[in-house]
Amino acid sequence: MIFIDTLLLGISSGAIYSLMALALVLVWRSTRVVNFAQASQAVLSTYVGYEITMRTHNYWVSLPVAILFGAALGSSIDLLFMFYLAKKVRSGPIAEIAPVIATLGLLGLLQSIIGLIWGNSFLQYSTPLSGKGFTFGNHTVPFSPQNLLIVLATALVLIVFGVVFKFTNLGLALRAASFQPEIAQLAGIRVGRIRNIGWAFAGAAGAVAGAVITPTSVLSPNSLDLLLVSGFIAAVMGGLDSLVGAVIGGLVLGIGFAFILQYVGSSVTFLAGFFILVIVLLIRPRGLFGHQLGRHA
Amino acid sequence: MAHNPSSVRLDSVSVHFGGLAALSDVSIEINPGEVVGVIGPNGAGKTTLFNVLTGLVAPSSGSFYLGGKKRSWPKTPDLTKIGISRTLQSVGLFSDLTVLENVLVGATHLSNDNFFKSLFGFDGVSAQSGRSRAEATLAALDISQYSERRADSLPYPISKRVALARALISNPMTLILDEPAGGLGIDDIEWLKEFILRIRTETSVLLVEHHMDVIMSVCDRIYVLNFGQLIAHGTPTEIRNNSDVIAAYLGTGADK
Repeated sequence: MIFIDTLLLGISSGAIYSLMALALVLVWRSTRVVNFAQASQAVLSTYVGYEITMRTHNYWVSLPVAILFGAALGSSIDLLFMFYLAKKVRSGPIAEIAPVIATLGLLGLLQSIIGLIWGNSFLQYSTPLSGKGFTFGNHTVPFSPQNLLIVLATALVLIVFGVVFKFTNLGLALRAASFQPEIAQLAGIRVGRIRNIGWAFAGAAGAVAGAVITPTSVLSPNSLDLLLVSGFIAAVMGGLDSLVGAVIGGLVLGIGFAFILQYVGSSVTFLAGFFILVIVLLIRPRGLFGHQLGRHA
Repeated sequence: MAHNPSSVRLDSVSVHFGGLAALSDVSIEINPGEVVGVIGPNGAGKTTLFNVLTGLVAPSSGSFYLGGKKRSWPKTPDLTKIGISRTLQSVGLFSDLTVLENVLVGATHLSNDNFFKSLFGFDGVSAQSGRSRAEATLAALDISQYSERRADSLPYPISKRVALARALISNPMTLILDEPAGGLGIDDIEWLKEFILRIRTETSVLLVEHHMDVIMSVCDRIYVLNFGQLIAHGTPTEIRNNSDVIAAYLGTGADK
């Protein structure tokens, strides 16, 4: 029974890491930028959701608003900032690193803005779903309706974006534009617009993550920062390029954490995340789902 | 949709990079059904000329004519819409995509005027014609069997054909080929020569190539550039006998 409970605990926290990892993979696949601001974008969208819930007393109304806001925020960050930066720094080693550093700046900037508007105290953003585990007979498992929502949201994001990337023209355009923008343009793709859609998608996925994860803890300007780290570990384990890899990476991490917590102890749990990452990368340097062949110029 | 055959003309094009003149007052024209070559030693300005024509480099001066009408220089994503396609010297396939996906990227459904409508079409439904055209294009280039392979797993000659297929799927009226024979063996070069002569009835071809054998056997007319200037223009026979060309270029290895 302890084994099953630990597994369920792992799956519920793993789904949270998976969702954050999915958002990171989405922006990477669409724009080739590792987006550190993802956490603060997701938190800002969640604050918007929180405001809507305060006014309507309905979480289910706030959810789509937060998602739309997340998409608009992602798109705006690209239009007002990243697009301009990419235009200014076109080539050389700086061209690759500058956008990543810029997202670190954005992380701090957005968190400060959130603090200015809502303050730094902890807020409670709740769903109508219970956070209490399902009960079977007289045994309550560590898996609640709230956890189920997170798992379903993860599955939905995975399926929706998996279909978009694999089967639609937009997905093809996103993949082409992110790998080789100049050649994509020659093939008739409007790279700027396509990348902007990629930013919007990632922003929306991040908003989903924030809106379903936050009710399991509290809302504050940096409440998703630690999750960003776990999300990154999960995304890198999954190969950074694969949506399925991000989900598996998140689950491996979540289940790994749960078993270490249960059988080893809480003092090494966080350390174990990095340990798992190093082991996976040593065995499979391109991640669990990264392609084995090198990427040619 | 096939494009109506039209002439493409670049008139008095100059390009300056800082103080350096990469092209000075160069004019070229490609008429429907023609195969036109551009040759010159390394650094002569051939690729710069192609980059101007494809919107990758902004000219300092000069005009662009399509079907005899002057118009603004095309923006790169608009090229396939006006009937111009280009392959690159570096091949430039999307390494993580399959061969079929690489070719589909070049299909015009991605550059429709109705941006959102074009984006949300599914390959299996509205873009079915795109997919079948991609398959037909691969078949025309004898590479159907590679259709589901990832682009970075291909032998080099096959990857060059995939790049050619990606350029051809938009049914261009003018196809620009940047060193299509570079790195190919004798058999593939022979195939390429035949292929260019076969497609010329549907698309005019503008060709930069170092293999003189290819240039001399497929081109109707040849432009010769040296240090950014046009030093000669004529049929292969005229170019072969042009003393300026011999001095600048052919004398140093034309018969290789």
